[in-house]
Amino acid sequence: MSEALAGLHRPYRVASIRLENAATRTLVLDRSLAADPGQFVMAWLPDVGEKPFSLAGADPVCLTVAAVGPFSRALHTLAVGDRIWLRGPLGRGFAPPSPAGHALLVGGGYGVAPLRFLAERLLAAGWHVSAIVGARRAADLLLVEALAALGVRLWLTTEDGSVGLRGLATDAFDAALTAAPEARTTVFACGPVGMLAAVAALCRTRGLPVQLAWEAHMRCAVGLCGSCEVGAGWLTCLDGPVFPCDPTVALPMG
Amino acid sequence: MHDRTKAPLACDFLHLRLRSPLVLASGIIGTSPTLLARAARSGAGMVTAKSCGPTPRAGHPNPVALDWGGGLINAIGLTNPGAEHEAALLAEAKRLLEPLGVPLVASIFAGTVAEFGQVAAVVAQAQPDLIEVNISCPNVGDEFGTPFAGLPESAAAVTDAVRRALASLPQPPPVSVKLAPNVPDIARIARAVAEAGADAITAVNTMPGMVIDAEAARPVLANRVGGISGPALKPVALRAVYEIAQAVDLPIIGTGGVLTGVDAAEMLMAGATVVGVGSAVWYRGVEAFAQINAELQQFMAAQGYGSVAELRGLALPPAARERRCAHV
Repeated sequence: MSEALAGLHRPYRVASIRLENAATRTLVLDRSLAADPGQFVMAWLPDVGEKPFSLAGADPVCLTVAAVGPFSRALHTLAVGDRIWLRGPLGRGFAPPSPAGHALLVGGGYGVAPLRFLAERLLAAGWHVSAIVGARRAADLLLVEALAALGVRLWLTTEDGSVGLRGLATDAFDAALTAAPEARTTVFACGPVGMLAAVAALCRTRGLPVQLAWEAHMRCAVGLCGSCEVGAGWLTCLDGPVFPCDPTVALPMG
Repeated sequence: MHDRTKAPLACDFLHLRLRSPLVLASGIIGTSPTLLARAARSGAGMVTAKSCGPTPRAGHPNPVALDWGGGLINAIGLTNPGAEHEAALLAEAKRLLEPLGVPLVASIFAGTVAEFGQVAAVVAQAQPDLIEVNISCPNVGDEFGTPFAGLPESAAAVTDAVRRALASLPQPPPVSVKLAPNVPDIARIARAVAEAGADAITAVNTMPGMVIDAEAARPVLANRVGGISGPALKPVALRAVYEIAQAVDLPIIGTGGVLTGVDAAEMLMAGATVVGVGSAVWYRGVEAFAQINAELQQFMAAQGYGSVAELRGLALPPAARERRCAHV
């Protein structure tokens, strides 16, 4: 994790911009980064600030950004050719076990952002991939066409029932499992903490291995400041952001 | 022959018996009882909480830290919940640390000499095993004026105020004063705090520095300046500990750039009584303590050392070495 590349910010330029939904766009940058899905970068705009973003792609680097605060709104003002500085990749990403089996991806809200990147990697490694994509309403769904275009079998849920199953992403869990191919299922989830805890509980009762991409208030991102502690002593920046367990339940060893 | 089957890393520090000479340095993951307990489970012999001041502080905006290649730079900005809340956290940390046999160090800072005494009295309610007085945070200069570590007079005044504030307690905890490396004569500062009643010295805090991004034409840290730690700090810290060990008879928590067991041995040889570990958490994870312990033990076995005490002060000039062995 201390490899020179992870340390200093390096400038990238915006190569293209993809509009994902009304509030979300993907910045496609001009270079690639050796990184795993689930890892994150600290994005810096001088004189504005620095925030964590999960990688939505690594070759080239993509950041899928919802305009939810001052910094993400500033990212939405970037035009093609503008610069953005990144340090990373940081943290531990998704680590698909071998041999390849069936992957059930569960994404809620903006948490869907890294799942296209993950789906691409899994498919390339020979996995069967299905995904549940959940959002509050149809207009908030993210990356549905992109995942479908990869050949990922999709279940959609919306809380208002405007598209797909009415309810939460976890409400489609059993349907997605029932339709799964004859292969060992590993669950990969990214989304709000409540959804992640629910996914972890479902996997526990069904005996399924799970990898959860956690979200936390991130400051130093180098394991010093303690801001990103989750549960009883896990550091999201170093131990995560992807955990092979529910970090609010399990204890870190050392 | 020494019996190496008997926990060769166990050592004494003040009145405390530590199972390892490694001390979690202040400002590194010491923000919660659970993180302090994790460092202890990983193998730290003693753990230091994040510095707290009189009132809550949010700290500086991002970027607050990064790895610039030769080490880390940080300007977290003394984020803390204030002394009252910190005392509750320290009490909970003590409860978690007790079964592990790992002593707890509280760390305090303040804006005035009098406030140092007040904060010390508040955190002392939690009965920490040691209070570390941080007179040397390099990252809050605009708010607190020149750090107190810069002059012997101000360093002594803070030490004295803390000692007086604790004197009325039935069992006042010992006090270690944390010194800055960026002073013309650190031995003078060490002597001043020793004469003012410090029980130990922590050396050193981070070294003030700056990282500029040439393409952005800006300092990277939002605070512009920060404290350098990690590998770049190690030679600076070794020299400071070496000077202090010859100037005073107090035990020293030697801190700065220790990433490996051999680094820890070097710090002990410079005159440290125990060894602070901080940035190693970035380079090696929280598991760093277990790794450094194992490496130090391997080094000691390979070189024929039977105890941590045997390493202390070995690199000092002969006269100072004998004097140090007799006193610390």
